[in-house]
Amino acid sequence: MSTVPAITFTETPAGVVCLISVLFAPLAIAGLALINAGLGRSRSAAHAMLSSLCATAIGFIVYVACGFSFASFSDLPSHISVLGGKPWNWIGAAPFFLRDLNSFSSQASVAVLLQMFAVGIAAQIPLGAAGERWRLGASCVSTAIFVGITFPLFAHWAWGGGWLTQLATNCGLGAGLIDTGGAGTIHAAGGLTALAVVWILGARTDKYSDEEIPAALPGHNLVLVLFGCFLAWLGLLGLNSAGAIIFNHAGSGAAAIVILNVTISACASALTAFSITRVRFGRPDSSLTANGWVAGLVAASSAPALLPPAAALLIGAIAGVLVVSVVNWLEMWLQVDDPTGAIAVHAAAGIWGLIAAGIFARISAQRQWVAQLVGIATLIGFVLPLSYCLNWILNCFYHQRIDPEGERMGMDLSELGAGAYPEAVMRSDDYSPH
Amino acid sequence: MRITGLLLALAGWIIVLFALALLKSTAQEAFVLSGLGVEVFGMVLLFRAHFFIRRGTQ
Repeated sequence: MSTVPAITFTETPAGVVCLISVLFAPLAIAGLALINAGLGRSRSAAHAMLSSLCATAIGFIVYVACGFSFASFSDLPSHISVLGGKPWNWIGAAPFFLRDLNSFSSQASVAVLLQMFAVGIAAQIPLGAAGERWRLGASCVSTAIFVGITFPLFAHWAWGGGWLTQLATNCGLGAGLIDTGGAGTIHAAGGLTALAVVWILGARTDKYSDEEIPAALPGHNLVLVLFGCFLAWLGLLGLNSAGAIIFNHAGSGAAAIVILNVTISACASALTAFSITRVRFGRPDSSLTANGWVAGLVAASSAPALLPPAAALLIGAIAGVLVVSVVNWLEMWLQVDDPTGAIAVHAAAGIWGLIAAGIFARISAQRQWVAQLVGIATLIGFVLPLSYCLNWILNCFYHQRIDPEGERMGMDLSELGAGAYPEAVMRSDDYSPH
Repeated sequence: MRITGLLLALAGWIIVLFALALLKSTAQEAFVLSGLGVEVFGMVLLFRAHFFIRRGTQ
């Protein structure tokens, strides 16, 4: 009697769709890098792209070296403690440098790839918010810390069978935290880390006048920004589809629902931002519309396979309102200088995405909203203080901000020794005093 | 003010954790919301602290 060999995950239709989807995810890294470069001034464009490339490279290496060990996956070893008579899974215990990768299940192997690309996306977020004043070396070290410590901890809790997913069995809270596309794990964690870095660095020298009035420092190339939006769309579609299949155990058909919902949310968010800026300023604002597009992608990322399309539309529309409002509040009232709007786009829209999943996701279990609130509480109460403390300690040993003369010259000349564009192409208003 | 804000955010999270471990149903939900409220208060302090730090360096 012949035995039938066991079918591995990547031999199933869902596994094939998942693997193909994961391969789209790096496009989101490229998209966010272009957005960061385009929304900065021309004197820092090459620096922005190089920072993105270096942060991605360092992120991948650190994640393979130790990050995945802490993040792990649900069928890999982890450290569990008993509290209140319930098992709580705190941290992964997979081998460093993926030593036993060949013995991982094929699902865990795809999860490694997905999480590695997710790290690359998350690493772009602080780079955008801290643009035009964050030294290249410091941004690389800070990224290594984020990817090696902060990100893997939350990723384990949300994606790797950690205590946030155990909320279903331990506390009866819905299906545990639902965040298959990384609205919290990638975007909110990256956005809150960006906020911590921006607080430590401070605002750009010419951003605020002595009367506390913010100067408009527009991006130098909106074509790059809008092209980046299209790339981010493709990349996040892939990441969301793969996440739904791996972390939500959805079938291959779920990819179609995910693509539909994420796209509808992005469209609604972009059009809302477009309309608000059209009414407020008399003309639509390209950069805020681009921010709205990405915010829509982010907001639908929490549970895209479980949302009805009408809910995705509503989630996107609210994300569009949110991103325009938060960009304005941060700049005008809270004096947080974020050149790309990354904190509003990723942190605010990511947190809204988690809340929205609790409200709109089609889950039969009760009290899902409490599980989502616990996830948000963990982001604000653990990820933000940890990121702040780690970056503050780094800043004590390695000053992260460029010196004033370097900032005046531009990051390209001061750190790289050459500009991104020929001198004739440089925008003259980049150098005008405010 | 910065350290207080960070500690408040952390304290809010710990309230949430203990509510999950020790309480059930309605009381659990109330304490999760309370913990989140403490975290929001910590965030407000953090924003204010950095606002004043920025003004002080001008």
